[in-house]
Amino acid sequence: MTKILAFAELKDGEIRNVSFETVAAARQIDESAEVVAVVLGSQNVEDAANQMIQYGADRAVTVTHDLLANYTSDGYTQAAMAVIEQEDPDGLVMGHTSAGKDLSPRIASKLDNGLVSDITGIEGDQFVRPIYSGKAFEKKTIKDGKTFVTIRPNNIAPLEQDGGRSGDITSLEVDIKDLRTIIKEVVRKASDGVDLSEANIIVAGGRGVKSEEGFEPLYELADVLGAAVGASRGACDAGYCDYSLQIGQTGKVVTPDLYIACGISGAIQHLAGMSNSKVIVAINKDPEANIFNVADYGIVGDLFDVVPKLTEELKALQVK
Amino acid sequence: MNIYVLMKKTFDTEEKIQINGGVIEDEGAEYIINPYDEYAIEEAIKIRDEHGGEVTVVTVGDEESEKQLRTALAMGADKAVLINTEEDLEEGDQYTTVRVLEAYFADQEVDIILAGNVAIDEASGQVGPRLADRLDIPYVTTITELNIDGDTVNIVRDVEGDEEKIETSLPLLVTCQQGLNEPRYPSLPGIMKAKKKPLEELEIDDLDLDEDDVEAKTETVKVFLPPEKEAGKVLEGETDEQVKELVSLLKSEAKVL
Repeated sequence: MTKILAFAELKDGEIRNVSFETVAAARQIDESAEVVAVVLGSQNVEDAANQMIQYGADRAVTVTHDLLANYTSDGYTQAAMAVIEQEDPDGLVMGHTSAGKDLSPRIASKLDNGLVSDITGIEGDQFVRPIYSGKAFEKKTIKDGKTFVTIRPNNIAPLEQDGGRSGDITSLEVDIKDLRTIIKEVVRKASDGVDLSEANIIVAGGRGVKSEEGFEPLYELADVLGAAVGASRGACDAGYCDYSLQIGQTGKVVTPDLYIACGISGAIQHLAGMSNSKVIVAINKDPEANIFNVADYGIVGDLFDVVPKLTEELKALQVK
Repeated sequence: MNIYVLMKKTFDTEEKIQINGGVIEDEGAEYIINPYDEYAIEEAIKIRDEHGGEVTVVTVGDEESEKQLRTALAMGADKAVLINTEEDLEEGDQYTTVRVLEAYFADQEVDIILAGNVAIDEASGQVGPRLADRLDIPYVTTITELNIDGDTVNIVRDVEGDEEKIETSLPLLVTCQQGLNEPRYPSLPGIMKAKKKPLEELEIDDLDLDEDDVEAKTETVKVFLPPEKEAGKVLEGETDEQVKELVSLLKSEAKVL
């Protein structure tokens, strides 16, 4: 029987959704595989392992260590390699998150293995991934060695949670040491809790937002929707918001269920970063704006008029 | 200080992608320096101007890559190295590139290597961390601030919008994120000077490698375009009506609320 490791990811002790997607991806790679969840962290590790099993893993291996409180390449490589050596898996699945992007190439290097990063679909032994920021796609296979992929959050649906499902959880002692990079401080700047790359709904602003304050109505709309706020390069370059919000060919590539573009003209570089969203709403004063060519629903109008009204309408809906 | 930059050329971001005979059509495409690599080049030049030393820009590519290397030299890099794999390798992947770079760096004294955090074409983000692992040096990805003081390096990195402040030491590999700096444009004197700066061209044979040593671990089976998105519905009426209709459509038709 093949064995696939599905790596969970904790952020401040909370398990991230993409973790459950790694379990689902492992199942899609091989329906009959033994899926072993791997949970690395400093706290709530057992709880996360249980959740991984409820979401479809057969069993879990955990490593708990104070030095795993925050992700570091050295700490997590030592922990992950210890698990990999113990389990000798046929496959590995990680999230294509900040930590996954940093860790997976190094693990692949240590294993002398191929790695297909940032996949959005699985078709047998072929992995679908966007290239040129979603302007095109490719299907890749791994010629030999272990099947090793990172999955883009929000693209591979997790399995149904089964609260009654149980499995073995074993803890592995790893002596983590000699970290060559030391985290001195973590400054939380991202909007409360909702991360752009994992958000189901994104409200994004462009040059039409006109100022830093102009983002306020967008944040209010995002609040009602539980959405993350993003921006076009135009808005970032103009200094209306931080570059960490940028969506596009440079910046983040996102595929939420709903993307609401406010005052974004729709330059090709921006479209590359968001046009694979499931449903796109465009709000723009200019009826000729390119964004309307990719939008499912468009409102021609001033975002400072439309967005607050939309927020009110959604609030009213929630009250009902 | 021995400062190296890993550079890749990519399609201009304005380029539309077309597929011809199962591969991406590159005939007539405009190329640029991968935008994230521009941050790496700029930062490398700043480090040299502050601490002294030499900036060498390295690319694994083809004959055409010389143009982007000359641009990097015109920005202010001192030397360029083109490892031309065009004639020796049919298909490579990140493993291939790193084997080639590893062989190149085996003979170099390195204090710091800078790279883009991702290339906007293949977008794997693997080469930097893989190379650091092979060279057994620490790496920090997606950096937005870098300060070197002796052997100590203080870094700010972007972690999905949050900032991590990190302390590490040389030798080191970093991958650069937007926000790190504002890459300069080559000046006219810079362009003139660049023509005379050294550009070394190597083939894998010069690095004592043959095709089998660097054979890709992955294979691209197919390349395809996403389905054309059809323009949707532009809503009519007064703003209030449009907003009501939008909410209703999102709920009942699109089913995303």
